[in-house]
Amino acid sequence: MPEDPKPDAPQPEAPKPETPKPAPPPAAAKPPAGAPPKPAAAAPKAPAVMAATPWEDDLTKQLVDAFPSRIPEFFSYLGQNFLISPPGSVPEIVDYLKRECGFDYLVDITAVHYPERPEAFDVVYILYSFSRNVRIRVKTRLMDGEPIESIVWVHPTANWLEREVFDMFGIRFANHPDLKRILMPDEWEGHPLRKDYSILKMDRRWVQENLGIESGQ
Amino acid sequence: MAETFLDSTELVLNMGPQHPSTHGVLRVIVKLDGEKVTGTECVIGYLHRGVEKIAENRTYTMFAPYVDRMDYVASVSNGLGYCLAVEKLLNVEAPPRAQAIRVILTELNRIASHLLWLGTHALDIGAQTPLFYCMREREYALNIFEKYCGARLTTHAFRIGGLQYETYQGFEQECLDFCKMLLPHVDDYEQLLSENRIWKERLINVGVLNAEDCKAYGVTGPMLRAAGVKWDIRKALPYSGYEKYDFEIPIRENGDTYDRYIVRMQEMRQSVRIIEQAAAGIPTGPAMAKVPKVIKPPVGEVYVSIEAPKGELGYYIVSDGSTQPWRIRVRPPSYINLQALDKMCRGSLVADLVAIIGTIDIVLGEVDR
Repeated sequence: MPEDPKPDAPQPEAPKPETPKPAPPPAAAKPPAGAPPKPAAAAPKAPAVMAATPWEDDLTKQLVDAFPSRIPEFFSYLGQNFLISPPGSVPEIVDYLKRECGFDYLVDITAVHYPERPEAFDVVYILYSFSRNVRIRVKTRLMDGEPIESIVWVHPTANWLEREVFDMFGIRFANHPDLKRILMPDEWEGHPLRKDYSILKMDRRWVQENLGIESGQ
Repeated sequence: MAETFLDSTELVLNMGPQHPSTHGVLRVIVKLDGEKVTGTECVIGYLHRGVEKIAENRTYTMFAPYVDRMDYVASVSNGLGYCLAVEKLLNVEAPPRAQAIRVILTELNRIASHLLWLGTHALDIGAQTPLFYCMREREYALNIFEKYCGARLTTHAFRIGGLQYETYQGFEQECLDFCKMLLPHVDDYEQLLSENRIWKERLINVGVLNAEDCKAYGVTGPMLRAAGVKWDIRKALPYSGYEKYDFEIPIRENGDTYDRYIVRMQEMRQSVRIIEQAAAGIPTGPAMAKVPKVIKPPVGEVYVSIEAPKGELGYYIVSDGSTQPWRIRVRPPSYINLQALDKMCRGSLVADLVAIIGTIDIVLGEVDR
């Protein structure tokens, strides 16, 4: 009985001085007091960008020294390192990585389409070094229709890989020895892996001319 | 002009797409000077199904069976690579029991893939007998898959986070029996082929690709190891608990077709070693990690690769935080190894072209996707 009024009494008292204190600042910006926790709870659920951390080690220092005017950005996500470079520097960086840093194996080249972004394409080069036993990615951002320099002269592997990126996304690689479609028929119109190319879309004219059927669906 | 039709001119020949030695629908345009190959061009895409486009329109779970249809003779490896990549994106790891069973099935699949390669490669060269032997032994491996998950070829054996199925009664014993049965048979194949005069003359110094060229062309797997590079992702960047097993990386020096044959034969023996170790001590415990019912990885990207029977099989997955991947890129080993065909067969005879296509060990389902 004597304890009951005690917690009762401070409880109404405690929130009373607390609520007016934080109330004035949010009152100006956001009227409801419950509003601030809501965006805080929603933010970690679906962050719009990758939660990448900066990547810094000997290799990044060496690259910053080698390319002082065009400093790439270095990131790490889930223990995998990647750098983002301006498109014009990609051949030089890949060549430098091959000659000076031992990244002598081009694993893959691919692209990712982000139609909402002004720079609509990410071109991704995955490199591996046998001597370091390390894998990194070189990424660059391209506008739609903007060509990028081919790296076939650095890594002959890039030949078919760049052809595939061209075939699937329509990204043109300048000075590629033989840039033409590789998986789709030569006369096909459209680049299937672009986001604006629906999964049911096809080149109806090509299908009718070459297969003699109305539709491939 | 005193030219007659007897004058030698360059001849352009089409090999495939319907040709028994192209292992599927591969078309090779061959430029010939007499019997000498002066250049080739591969025309691929006949089996293009747009797997990467399909992936963007499926959930992560729904896409898993599709990967089996790429390299369909090594579907377990495809599934393992995909599951590992999504698990990495979700930051979960399969429990030890699942990892051990995954290793057993993947190595069984490697043996099955190499056996199919050996049979068809030998058939291309003109040795018919090994094909029947290889198919016979491969059957036992497929039977284990069938008993385990119901499918023989496109198995879909693994799930994101572990395994859908527990092993059946006597699984370990059957795997060990398979190993015991296989080893003498591998000896048999080698007895049939390794010292065979025709076999050696058709393979030695044919399709040479040295270590420098292998790296330049991104060639991986047994082809790289036959050129003397001791590199295997199972050792270099271990996954699924491969670091726990004791096995060797077989290598050779010359990088010709014969060496690639030797390397693959040795790899089968090493796979047997791994299976024996794994089957002797499968840990107990759950076979599935805690994975949410609806797989929704955070925004991010990841590249994970495994040592598939044909080389480095990688998955580059970009997630936008939704239930469907924003982009899945498959790095197919066959596709990239096939690019070195032109380099390998320039200057060789047209008959060697068959041997060289065979030695790359391509599966067109994977080349074209």
